[in-house]
Amino acid sequence: MKKGYYGDFGGQFVPELLMPPLLELEEAMRTIVPSPGFQNELNALLADYVGRPSPLYRCPNLSKELGFDLWLKREDLNHTGAHKINNTMGQGLLTKYMGKSVLLAETGAGQHGVATATAAALMGLDCEIFMGQEDMRRQALNVYKMRLLGARVHSVTSGTATLKDAVSETMREWTGRIADTHYVLGSVMGPHPFPTIVRDFQAVISQEIREQMLGQEGRLPDAVLACVGGGSNAIGAFYHFIGDASVRLIGCEAAGRGVDTPETAATIATGKPGIFHGMKSYFCQDQYGQIAPVYSISAGLDYPGIGPEHAQLHDTGRAQYVAITDDEAVEAFEYLSRTEGIIPAIESAHALAYARKLAPEMPRDKIIVVVVSGRGDKDCAAIARYRGEELSE
Amino acid sequence: MSKIKNAFGPGKAFVAFLTCGDPDLDTTEKLVLSLAAHADVIELGIPFSDPTAEGPTIQGANLRALSGGVTTDQIFELVRRIRKQTAVPLAFMTYANVVFSYGTERFIKTAAQAGMDGLILPDVPFEEKEEFAPVCRAYGLDFISLIAPTSRQRIARIAKEAEGFVYCVSSLGVTGVRSQITSDIGAMVRQVREVTDVPAAVGFGISTPAQAADMAAKADGVILGSAIVKLVERYGRDAVPHVAEFAQKIKDAVRSVS
Repeated sequence: MKKGYYGDFGGQFVPELLMPPLLELEEAMRTIVPSPGFQNELNALLADYVGRPSPLYRCPNLSKELGFDLWLKREDLNHTGAHKINNTMGQGLLTKYMGKSVLLAETGAGQHGVATATAAALMGLDCEIFMGQEDMRRQALNVYKMRLLGARVHSVTSGTATLKDAVSETMREWTGRIADTHYVLGSVMGPHPFPTIVRDFQAVISQEIREQMLGQEGRLPDAVLACVGGGSNAIGAFYHFIGDASVRLIGCEAAGRGVDTPETAATIATGKPGIFHGMKSYFCQDQYGQIAPVYSISAGLDYPGIGPEHAQLHDTGRAQYVAITDDEAVEAFEYLSRTEGIIPAIESAHALAYARKLAPEMPRDKIIVVVVSGRGDKDCAAIARYRGEELSE
Repeated sequence: MSKIKNAFGPGKAFVAFLTCGDPDLDTTEKLVLSLAAHADVIELGIPFSDPTAEGPTIQGANLRALSGGVTTDQIFELVRRIRKQTAVPLAFMTYANVVFSYGTERFIKTAAQAGMDGLILPDVPFEEKEEFAPVCRAYGLDFISLIAPTSRQRIARIAKEAEGFVYCVSSLGVTGVRSQITSDIGAMVRQVREVTDVPAAVGFGISTPAQAADMAAKADGVILGSAIVKLVERYGRDAVPHVAEFAQKIKDAVRSVS
């Protein structure tokens, strides 16, 4: 297979200016990441700073109501409140080992921006975050947190002023300052080697689920569900189960107002193969290849593409991708809060919503794992507004 | 024989860039015909929704063109009209997805039949060109390669397979006007000349006749995009005489070092 490809998908579709830093990163991935020094330092950070392993928790109330065993992988309990920190600890440390001093990152919901700013603060690196103006409005608290952590947050006003435009702007910024700067891509997307690097740093999720489930139940789960924007928590949760045919892998995309409306971000459901943001994958686009302005209530899933490894898992049928609407996600957000006492990120609520849909067809003895990729504090104001209620501090 | 390579002739060449459909296709047609009198090669930008290698000026042009509803098919029509009126070498400059989503072979075949001579895709580096370059070769289009100040040992490998001209990116960063170009262009061009007789043209950041003359002295040609697009942005449908006057100055500056 061609370097950097997952089947037909992946590659390095970037300006020539970015090829040298990508090749440098490939080299670092081969030599630095597997070294005992790096691994020991990363594992210590994940244990003592992030708080890993995160619990795998059997929901007593939901299991009773839904009629099967529902377990939650609690990435929301990580430091900074989401799975994003698994990746930023890894890439932040790699940046230090590579002798660079600045972290650049895009962010949608702000979770990756906060996680990157946290890594920068901890590791003594400078940090510049690019965030869509629309997302800065939706996620004002995270903007404040990033600034508190010492990052500079740049407002992106081009295009739809959301995640896609933040990625474009971060790429543009990186082409101007590659010598001392590392681009901490936040998802399993972009040019090779990012989809692989981010996957490797997030694979700790499925490694732990596997060990915890075998330890507690003595068997593998029957299905693993995770939300998918670019797809980093999903690939992390799928990775160590890809070889186990008995484990269904289900990625839950954001349908927004519905996959039959233009206001959707469900790439597998509505997109077609394309080349964008450095990779060949599926993208929401028009007949001439213009990237579509996507929409979801969730700023973290509001992206017109999907990582290349997911594109391959979809094409081979190994993973299934389903679309969840804003309404279904909001209901799941409220349902988990009320029933189990856990307020999930609106992104993660997409995965829980599909678990509820599975209930009628799922036998009692089945074990389903849903990844709670983040916590929902950041979403409370937006969900209240969705329900017609204005919150003020 | 490459029409684009030949256009570099014995003297130094001036390559001009325009975004098709900014502000509308009729104006683009007039601009191309007017530029044909001064420029040796014209790059026609097919607008893309998310042009990641462009600075604010050309991003704006892309946005204006797309808001006007311009499509790839309308641009092929434009090329057919232009080709009846001028033989100036033409290259499309756009992003990989515009070509890929149209169907790579269908796009390249249609472009060649409409009278295009080359294709430039700034988000397709050497490592990924197999997706496009062989198809271009089959239909007689030059697939233009880019090199950058960071390319170093990659330059020989890239230039060895270059067609039409080698696009030398002058500086780090995205397209747009720069007050100074600090990279060692002379060294880049020398590395190109060691392995190929395909001419080397410098682009990114050149906006004045003095800069054009300076860069032309170090290379085989200069590429101007943002400086022209700025005039189109400023004068809109009335931009033709302003662009022509500017192009004449650039051509004179380039010729002065030939």
